[in-house]
Amino acid sequence: MNIPGPLSQKPRLAVYKFSSCDGCQLQILELEDELLELAGEIEIAYFLEARRQALPGPYDIGLVEGSISTPAEERLIRQARKDCKVLVSIGACATAGGIQALRNWADIDEYKKRIYPRPEWVATLDVASPIAGYVYIDFELRGCPVNKRQLVEVLSALLAQRRPHLPTYSLCIECKRAGIPCVMVARKTPCLGPITQAGCGAICPKFNRGCYGCFGPAETPNIAALGRFFQEERNVSRPAMVRMLRSFNGYLEPFKTSSDDYEQCIQP
Amino acid sequence: MSNASNPETRVIEVHNLARVEGEGSLHLKIQGNRVTDIRFGIFEPPRFFEAFLRGRSFDEVPDITARICGICPVAYQMSSCTAIEAAMNIKVEGQLRLLRRLLYCGEWIESHVLHMFFLHLPDFLGYESAISMAADHKDLVVGALRLKKAGNEIVRLLGGREVHPINVRVGGFHRVPERGELDALGEELSACRNFAVDAIRFLASLRYPELEIDYDCVALRHPKEVAMLDGAIATSRGLEIPISQFPDHFEEIQVPHSTALHGRLRNGGTYLVGPLARLNLNWDLYPPAIKKLAEEIKFTVPCHNQFKSLLARGFETLYALDHALELISAYAPPSEPAAEIKVRQGVGHGCTEAPRGILYHRYEIGADGLIRSATIVPPTAQNQPQIEADLAAYAPRLLSLPQEEMTLRCEQLIRNYDPCISCATHFLKLTVDRG
Ligand code: SF4
Ligand code: SF4
Repeated sequence: MNIPGPLSQKPRLAVYKFSSCDGCQLQILELEDELLELAGEIEIAYFLEARRQALPGPYDIGLVEGSISTPAEERLIRQARKDCKVLVSIGACATAGGIQALRNWADIDEYKKRIYPRPEWVATLDVASPIAGYVYIDFELRGCPVNKRQLVEVLSALLAQRRPHLPTYSLCIECKRAGIPCVMVARKTPCLGPITQAGCGAICPKFNRGCYGCFGPAETPNIAALGRFFQEERNVSRPAMVRMLRSFNGYLEPFKTSSDDYEQCIQP
Repeated sequence: MSNASNPETRVIEVHNLARVEGEGSLHLKIQGNRVTDIRFGIFEPPRFFEAFLRGRSFDEVPDITARICGICPVAYQMSSCTAIEAAMNIKVEGQLRLLRRLLYCGEWIESHVLHMFFLHLPDFLGYESAISMAADHKDLVVGALRLKKAGNEIVRLLGGREVHPINVRVGGFHRVPERGELDALGEELSACRNFAVDAIRFLASLRYPELEIDYDCVALRHPKEVAMLDGAIATSRGLEIPISQFPDHFEEIQVPHSTALHGRLRNGGTYLVGPLARLNLNWDLYPPAIKKLAEEIKFTVPCHNQFKSLLARGFETLYALDHALELISAYAPPSEPAAEIKVRQGVGHGCTEAPRGILYHRYEIGADGLIRSATIVPPTAQNQPQIEADLAAYAPRLLSLPQEEMTLRCEQLIRNYDPCISCATHFLKLTVDRG
């Protein structure tokens, strides 16, 4: 990321919400031990879920939750970019399009017509997209939802004007370091750990479950190798492989293209 | 401008409601002392969950529906699981069912405390946010943060994390805790109990606007305990139906100012779901200690003042805390973390008590375990017409107030419902068009 220029004395924070579940911005309020301290360090200038008063921009830091899926959201994100010195996408919706991007594989008008008697009352864009599809983003924080500790790390780094320490390696490394027995070996459970980015603390393997990829692809994941192993050794069908890749980060590369390849039988 | 033939027109407009989950707006038009137009608008973009659930495997559903709402993911997981289990004839009983109740207690505490102290209370005390409220009421805010954290801790311990727990699955859990793992949690909850009681006493001392509405309350009712996961759907007008008959008595309609569907009774009436409705229907099952506290603070049930839902949340929080302690002390790890699953074709209905009211799910599942169709009716969609009805009754009483104050009062009324707009627009399937 670019290290931003100097921030204001008491940096001003804006929290934006687009198409999402609110879970990522909730993580800010879940910082029970740090919340009041945080409110002392920075001025929470715009955060509709938490406060009624909305102070006008410009802001030093903008945290963006959610994907862009309506014309109104498109206008708003462009304004947010103008208003914020540093813009950070938080969570799978903002960094990958999120679960609602599953609709990108369907005909949206068809969806609407099938569902609403008056589809014309509902304005949507053709696809639900990550924020970076519309404006320049200084930094992205993965996860569905983001991890609280990582969120604090990003905010502290921005305040101290240093790079945040966030891993881009795979979940397997985090899992090994935590001394968790590999679920794929010990329980024969299919696990997306080898291709998923670390950061959550390897929660699923800790609970005897395979990772389902909510932190999105790790740096240079070898999806083909894992896919072959799943199909040959772990009884995972090709359609199941498509579904595993197409979830909370399904619209993010290389998950997106790989899932298409499995669907069209291009990927072995 | 006003004269006898052209009574004064006032318009209340709030474009972005604050301190609610999601994006909502309010438009209110008053002519003379008559409310001529009310729109509690929801412009949160639709996310089409029910559409893309089709074709997904049954065991992926609880993880997907959780993402409808980051504030009450457990509710979505529980309604999904119970509906799918009903379709496939899987019984989740004994300790597994009790662990689910424990998990739900965590969500009730966490969600209620967030709403009571951080979203709703600032209205009563005249602050624009809990952060500014903390300057004068530090102990209250600090105590509330600790209580909320204890609720979250239940969810984290059983679910793996607070938002979108990973440990819930159809049939039960992936992993169940050992006996000793819950001890520290029990201690922390006990340590929060005094605060919870004092907080209720404090809330009782607030001034509540007087607004009595003859609500038709709707909630789950279980013969032996305060219902959370199962039971019958009961109403204060005397209806009592199995969960599977929900679609026969309730429907959803589309209105132009909302991307969420409006729920109503098939006979056309509005109804109330949520903490106050639950208390009114299930008070006889509350433990004596809580009833005594209610007596002490002169809270009488049934209560028909939605502003006092603040107190109802307080009582439910205390109940959840006590119940959690009870469940923890009686806990014995089940031999298997989940009931056995045999995939079969079927239709299943599930309804559980989300923090904001009943959350109904229905799934049709094929013999291959893939979802054929999904219907989800969240509490806020059901309450939306009642919110508008309450506004119509309340606004005319506020005419003497200056605009800013009147707007604030109307917002406060909306916040009585703890509306969860992200939930309401998860996406919608409808039966009737009013347009
Ligand atoms: S990324 Fe996940 S948790 Fe975050 S807002 Fe989107 S759906 Fe919610
Ligand atoms: S293990 Fe995988 S699916 Fe589970 S929380 Fe971590 S990243 Fe998400």
